[in-house]
Amino acid sequence: MLFDLAHIWAALIAFAVLAYVILDGFDLGIGILFPLLKNRQDRHLAMNTIAPVWDGNETWLVLGGGGLFAVFPLAYAVVMPALYPLIIVMLLGLIFRGVAFEFVHRTQRMQAFWEWGFAIGSTVAAVAQGLALGALVQGIAVEGRAFAGGTWDWLTPFSALTALALVVGYALLGATWLNMKTEGAPQRRALGLAVPLAVGFVGLIGAVSLATILVRPEYMQRWFDGPMLGVSLLMPVLVLGLAWALWSGLRDALSARPFLATLGLFVLSYIGLGISFFPHIVPPAMTIAEAAAPDSSLRFLLVGAVVLIPMILAYTAYSYWVFRGKVRPEDGYH
Amino acid sequence: MDFGQTAVDLARFQFAFTISAHIIFPAFSIGLASFLAVLNALWLWRRDPVYLRLFDYWKTIFAVVFGMGVVSGIVMSYQFGTNWSVFSDKVGPVIGPLMGYEVLSAFFLEAGFLGIMLFGRDRVGNGLHMAATAIVAIGTLFSAFWILSVNSWMQTPAGYSINEVGQFVPEDWWAIVFNPSFPYRLVHMVLAAYLTTAFVVGAVGAWHLLRSPGSRGAAVMFSMAMWMAVIVTPMQIFAGDEHGINTLEHQPAKIAAMEGHYEGHPDGGAPLILFGIPDDATGEVRWKVEIPYLSNLILTHSLTKPLPGLNDFPPEDRPKAGLIFWTFRIMVAIGFAMLGIGLWAAWARWKGRLYTDRWLHRAALAMGPSGFLAVLCGWITTEVGRQPFTVYGALRTTDSVAPLAAEAVGASLLAFIVVYFFVFGSGTFYVLRLMSKRPNDRVEVGEIGPTRAAGITPIAGHPQLGEQMMPGE
Ligand code: HDD
Ligand code: HEM
Ligand code: HEM
Repeated sequence: MLFDLAHIWAALIAFAVLAYVILDGFDLGIGILFPLLKNRQDRHLAMNTIAPVWDGNETWLVLGGGGLFAVFPLAYAVVMPALYPLIIVMLLGLIFRGVAFEFVHRTQRMQAFWEWGFAIGSTVAAVAQGLALGALVQGIAVEGRAFAGGTWDWLTPFSALTALALVVGYALLGATWLNMKTEGAPQRRALGLAVPLAVGFVGLIGAVSLATILVRPEYMQRWFDGPMLGVSLLMPVLVLGLAWALWSGLRDALSARPFLATLGLFVLSYIGLGISFFPHIVPPAMTIAEAAAPDSSLRFLLVGAVVLIPMILAYTAYSYWVFRGKVRPEDGYH
Repeated sequence: MDFGQTAVDLARFQFAFTISAHIIFPAFSIGLASFLAVLNALWLWRRDPVYLRLFDYWKTIFAVVFGMGVVSGIVMSYQFGTNWSVFSDKVGPVIGPLMGYEVLSAFFLEAGFLGIMLFGRDRVGNGLHMAATAIVAIGTLFSAFWILSVNSWMQTPAGYSINEVGQFVPEDWWAIVFNPSFPYRLVHMVLAAYLTTAFVVGAVGAWHLLRSPGSRGAAVMFSMAMWMAVIVTPMQIFAGDEHGINTLEHQPAKIAAMEGHYEGHPDGGAPLILFGIPDDATGEVRWKVEIPYLSNLILTHSLTKPLPGLNDFPPEDRPKAGLIFWTFRIMVAIGFAMLGIGLWAAWARWKGRLYTDRWLHRAALAMGPSGFLAVLCGWITTEVGRQPFTVYGALRTTDSVAPLAAEAVGASLLAFIVVYFFVFGSGTFYVLRLMSKRPNDRVEVGEIGPTRAAGITPIAGHPQLGEQMMPGE
């Protein structure tokens, strides 16, 4: 059954995680690029472009994690211990990233410290997320209703590759966001950074796709089996199309197109992952149906989700609209 | 002690440490969000610039505190899975959706409008800015609603059954959300947050009144805080009493431990032990000072109704009395001290000395952090008193923990302690430094908008008054 409660919820959680990845992706990307920005003024300008929205962006992570707890408690109970060190390190990174928005303006003496905290915290969180992604794709050992592997199972060459791809991808999101939200010298700098990142990201998408088939050959079958075949053949075409849009946008120094094209690349890669995973929620063995909470739980929360998620999207969009346009140094969001 | 036990203890300590750090920030930000909404409303209504200045003053502090609340809260929502995975698997179907509602109805709301509240006045205008400010305050209250429902369900579980794989399955959502202890806990905690904030605001006002007598901004905050103290503290004491009676009904062993009653009192007449050293090993309270019959009177409103003692429960189901006997007393003592300050301030106000009674100001300053202490003590009482269960009577703490190596938990615990002390220590320092700045009474023309130019505000004729004196000084 495709349209039962468990699968509707799988789609909603997948949506929350995707929303997190692209929204907090550009926030974290700015943190990753932070040391490469020219001077303190530019760095603070970059932070100001996200100051009004980062908290809302991060909340999608809470929905992804909290939602998993609510509707797929078994998956949550297996994945969290399996990725234990990664989760802890990600949380610590996010602490430094999150407090930096306020702390850098509260002190002179320690300002540089919190700036580094912002940069390193963002990078560490991104690396941890990339490693976690790799660990999930390559599969998690389960026995009964619990994680049955070791503390370091997640650390493999494959997860290192996915981590690199995600960090480069976030950095590209950050650079294209800055290109869109700033003008003059900072914008030119962002464009300059975006070009090599764009090349790297497209290359890494290809590398991760190939490596995935090597670590888990069954993903290949899912891709080339029956009805999926059409989608699978379309994918590379779409990726190339978006890569072209990204490239031409950067070449002509357009404002929004490079960012939107990068978002598109993230969405495509994400759909690709979805095809590989389905019908599992924790590869290689736990299915969406097995991990789901009882129907009464799913139904209760779905009522709220159906009403509240559209409202959230609406006021989030409104908040972005309020803070639309180029950010100037004198705007000072603090 | 075998290895498994060590991992449980470390995980418990990690949970206790991280949640204690987290609750400090919500306790303050729930109250402060409402306070800011009131200040902004007063500014829009009366157009007295002192309210706008106070809004901007506390807004900056709110931003720092809120940021720390967010990052420490995210740790909490992942901690269930990392350290308490068996608990998550079993209880997720019941409390997970409640926390899901918290995210959907509260966290997004707070986060979505926070940016507009902090930075958006110029962009959206006064009306929408007021709406955003109120929405943030309402979001913090929604958040308290859901998370306290979760916690209360763990204290007094209701509306569930258990399925073949040992999961708790929701049967009646109404009974789950409005479980027996929830209304009491919600009221008690929200009042606690308001009191905590009131005493911080009062202390900051008192500090500035001591340093620069006559500062109008300081006087306004002090006065508002003291109104809260005298009105809300009696409500809180009443709520706490009702809460205790509810706990006696549902968790009698916890009450016995809080009261230090090892022996039961089947015929009533239980004394109130004011002080003493409870000794769980021998089952007696040493060096006790007690008031006959009072405990019976408070808890049962009768002298003869029976009151159980810890010895009436099987040893494996008893909480330890040593800690919560004290935390409970500290909380109650703070409650009465707050009442004392409230009454003193009301008296001084009546005598016209509210802004000049320096001893009152010193006392209010000393009480500044008391709300945090009471909140922590209250939670420790609640949580330790629930042991040895995570879901009272239904799931033991030792059966909840994740299959983790003690080293992994220990290492992460150490990392949390180091990072928390450093980051939140710095944050607290910045907050204190912001508070030590005077609530600048000078008016910046640009911020006031056209109405000031129209001459409606009281000080319109004196745009650069600086530290403005209060009337009558
Ligand atoms: C009575 C109040 C209360 C209590 C007991 C808790 N919280 Fe909390 N929490 C809040 C009141 C609050 C709040 C007022 O809503 C915060 C504080 C600052 C903020 O951003 O929202 C918050 C923030 C906050 C956030 C960040 C939200 C965001 O991204 O904006 C998370 C994920 C949690 N909390 C999760 C938890 C968990 C898992 C708890 C228990 C185990 C918990 N909180 C106890
Ligand atoms: C916010 C203030 C809170 C404080 C200060 C607090 C404090 C504590 C303490 C001290 C323990 C350890 C008890 C022991 O080991 O003897 C504990 C355990 C626990 N608390 Fe809380 N708690 C708070 C709120 C909550 C809330 C809101 C929840 C649920 C959402 C919660 C869920 C738990 C769980 C799952 C444990 C399990 C570990 C254990 O029982 O040892 N707590 N808490
Ligand atoms: C003298 C008056 C007070 C009484 C009689 C009282 C009573 C109680 C009782 C019986 C509990 C434990 C409930 C349980 O777990 O079953 C409790 C918990 C708590 N108290 Fe108090 N209290 C008083 C004052 C205060 C004050 C002044 C504050 C804070 C400003 C406060 C904050 C808390 C908190 C945060 C909890 C834990 C959450 C909860 O269970 O509601 N209390 N209180």
